[in-house]
Amino acid sequence: MPVLLRLALLALTVFLLPLLTPATAGSSKADWDKIVAAAKGQTVYWNAWGGDTRINAYIAWAGEQVAERYDLEVVHVKLTDTAEAVSRVLAEKTAGRIEGGAVDLIWINGENFAAMKRNGLLLEPWTEGLPNFALTDQANNPDLALDFGVPVDGLEMPWSRARLVFYRDEAALPEPPRSSAALLEWAKKNPGRFTYPLPPSFLGTTFLKQVLLERAANRDALYRPAGEADFASVTAPLWDYLDALHPLLWRKARSFPENAGAMRRLMSDGEIEIAFAFSQSEATAGIESGELPETVRNYVFDVGTIGNVSFVAIPFNAAHSEGARVLANFLLSPEAQLRKQDPEFWGSATVLALDALTADEAEAFRSMDLGPAALPADRLGSMLAEPYPSWTDALEEEWNRRYAVR
Amino acid sequence: MLRASPYLVAAILAGPVLAGALGALVPSFGYLPVLGHADFGLDVWRRLFDWPGLGGSVLLSLASGLVTAGVSLGLAMLFLAVFFETRAFGWLRKAIAPLLAVPHAAAAFALAFLIAPSGFLARLLSPWATGWQRPPDLLIVQDELGLSLMAGLVMKEVPFLLLMALAPLAQIRAEQNMHMARALGYGRISAWFKTVVPALYPLLRLPVYAVIAYSSANIDVALILGPVAPPLLAVQVLRWSNDPELDYRLLAAAGAVLQFGVTASAIALWVGIERLLMATGRGWLESGKRTFAEGGLRVAGRTLFPALLLAAALGVVALALSAFTRVWRFPDALPRRWTFDHWQKVAETSAEPVWATIWIAAVAAGLSLALVLAMLENERRAGKRAGRPLEFLFYVPLLVPQIGFLFGLVLLAELAGLMPGGGLVAAGHVVFVLPYVYLTLSESYRRLDPAWSRLARTLGKGEGAVFWKVTLPMLLTPALAALAVGLAVSIGQYLVTRLLGAGRIDTVTTEAIALAAGGDRRLIGAWALTQAVLPILGFGLALAVPRLVWRHRRGMLGETQ
Repeated sequence: MPVLLRLALLALTVFLLPLLTPATAGSSKADWDKIVAAAKGQTVYWNAWGGDTRINAYIAWAGEQVAERYDLEVVHVKLTDTAEAVSRVLAEKTAGRIEGGAVDLIWINGENFAAMKRNGLLLEPWTEGLPNFALTDQANNPDLALDFGVPVDGLEMPWSRARLVFYRDEAALPEPPRSSAALLEWAKKNPGRFTYPLPPSFLGTTFLKQVLLERAANRDALYRPAGEADFASVTAPLWDYLDALHPLLWRKARSFPENAGAMRRLMSDGEIEIAFAFSQSEATAGIESGELPETVRNYVFDVGTIGNVSFVAIPFNAAHSEGARVLANFLLSPEAQLRKQDPEFWGSATVLALDALTADEAEAFRSMDLGPAALPADRLGSMLAEPYPSWTDALEEEWNRRYAVR
Repeated sequence: MLRASPYLVAAILAGPVLAGALGALVPSFGYLPVLGHADFGLDVWRRLFDWPGLGGSVLLSLASGLVTAGVSLGLAMLFLAVFFETRAFGWLRKAIAPLLAVPHAAAAFALAFLIAPSGFLARLLSPWATGWQRPPDLLIVQDELGLSLMAGLVMKEVPFLLLMALAPLAQIRAEQNMHMARALGYGRISAWFKTVVPALYPLLRLPVYAVIAYSSANIDVALILGPVAPPLLAVQVLRWSNDPELDYRLLAAAGAVLQFGVTASAIALWVGIERLLMATGRGWLESGKRTFAEGGLRVAGRTLFPALLLAAALGVVALALSAFTRVWRFPDALPRRWTFDHWQKVAETSAEPVWATIWIAAVAAGLSLALVLAMLENERRAGKRAGRPLEFLFYVPLLVPQIGFLFGLVLLAELAGLMPGGGLVAAGHVVFVLPYVYLTLSESYRRLDPAWSRLARTLGKGEGAVFWKVTLPMLLTPALAALAVGLAVSIGQYLVTRLLGAGRIDTVTTEAIALAAGGDRRLIGAWALTQAVLPILGFGLALAVPRLVWRHRRGMLGETQ
């Protein structure tokens, strides 16, 4: 009996504990209603990369929906680089502005998140309190709890999944190279027809990581801070590979496209034959706008390609943090996530767990047409997780030291 | 108010720049407490000088500044020598405004698409002349030596220097000097370089320094046309300041301070060359030699100027074609399928940015013009020129690379409790617009013959009436030209708009450059044209107003017809 009582007490404690810890404050309906009420009439400044008109249109749509339903205004602050928003929050903190900050919500991941977390620029954990957060089913999706290997700790809300995919004109190149080794062989036969964006642009660095993950003798070191590893020996396979590849690249690697968009433009101009993107919909959008030939198709490397999750975060001093939460919660709704996955609007994969949704909702996600260039989910191959954030700068600096000096 | 104007101007120029420079200087010695750096030391500088490729970046910046300025000045003088008082001179005058008005970024895009191996020229000539079925693998745009970058800059700086040179031509009596020299048997080129240039160059000095500063530290053109590895120093600083790893802010700060040094060195080198030429040129001026490579230079001027115009026109055509393109594959000379989609997208999203661009530019340029007029009028009444320190202050915003002091400016605005927004952006624009307005107007103002105002005073007019009825009407053309330059400078501002507006203020320039990151040339074409139309309207007004006002008094236009 005492044992049972103790067990019952234990069970009760386990059950009640979450309600008593501050991390989940605001998780009850009443608390959420308070946030919604406080958000009324606020103007939420959402800082998000503004380089893609379709994403901008989606963000505008989300803003309109939230405006109608919750009576708050959303302004999309179009960034050319997420670090701009990080700098802004940093400048505010330097100046001692601990409330009323200019940034309410940031679309963020990886390095920027790690930097903000380390410098204490983020709002205390807030995602648990969102009604829609349960739909991400964290327990069965551990990848949502890590951002480039850094624990998310409720400081940012998962929003979107992205995968590295390669694309080429299937009519011209039916059998593309499906590994870094095959790519090198192909480049020997087709010199000047492949390139990658200049690191430290996001996609350029991603290519470096992809090659390294594929060729490293032991991947484990890449999932720990770069400082703990023998950098030279871990990364040697990457530099050997690039030394061999560079003379065969577009412009013999004397110049590189600035970013993903510039690389797509080279593809459109017929200067290169293989390109890549961090989204299944890049090629589809290019076909639909006439920029790319209609026979362009995505493909992946056999060993798998890098994938990651991007998040939204609220700075510690956001002037309208309630509005930001209401907006974030809407972004996580099945309706908003479904529209986001539709290639007509954007085409980026959902972070929701389909088994946490109603049968109809899950079916809508499963049966969606992902566009002419996209690979079906079952042919996307395995996902390689992003290395620990400190590898990004380490790789970029070494790349710069080796290839950016003449 | 009038008496206080020099101090007000000094505060506007020096305050933000000083604060911003401190905001760069202090972190460059390792002090940025918010990131947990509080030890003064030279570590950051060591890291900077250890940075691979830094030497290349510095050399590129120096070369870009000096070569661009030298070539631009040479071309501007040559064009004037060849065309002055010919029938083509009217054309030259008319061509300047639109060339000048096209924002740097738009011009750079146009040039890039023109000369790239898969660009418009290659498409026009392929495959029938070149045999190219696909673009050749040639490094033309973003070449390592920065030649395409300098070409893009020269395209923009020649019109600027021409405009700066045209305003004072009447006051230095260029026409009379030329007539005199020609009567003495000097050739056209020789006469120009011996009698006009020595009087004209001192008036062009400040604009030339501005060209050096801009060319050695610009970002938007360098991003589009400049080498990528290593890039110009300013681009490298931008990369550091955009790095997600916040500790790079320290490196960016030190890089900004170094950029200041590089730009200052470029100008110092130029001044050295200037002195040398003056010393050696005197003998040549007085030698009595009547000709100066007349034939060759005349042919050069007559071919280069149309070539420049043709390149600009083709660039605009290429942008315009892109803006209506649905499908345009190499080597087709023209798009295969057309569309209005891109314009529709621009139309849907442009109302707000266009409006913001216009009001901010009007406020910034209007305020700057008022300040400069007040200052110059104060000078005239006091009967002495502004002191050298104040003169120097006008260089400051043009010499301190924007990238360096804007972080500090944002900090200052924060400390003052100013919320980011349109007002703050307009105020920030004044810092950059004011010097250009001053550079455009000051010499013309000071060269105005004081006899006019003395005459008016003897006729019993007060100082105020003299200003409104004599001085300002006589200087209407240069004043409006200065206003137009101010508008164009404001419209073209990117960094300051982003940072002080916290990204909440969208102008046509921020929109165009935000899209530049996305890379769809067709949409960029539509935005670039939109971006170019606004300053062109400004220049159109600046040219039209004096003609309207003085349609019955041609002498007031200060030009020869």
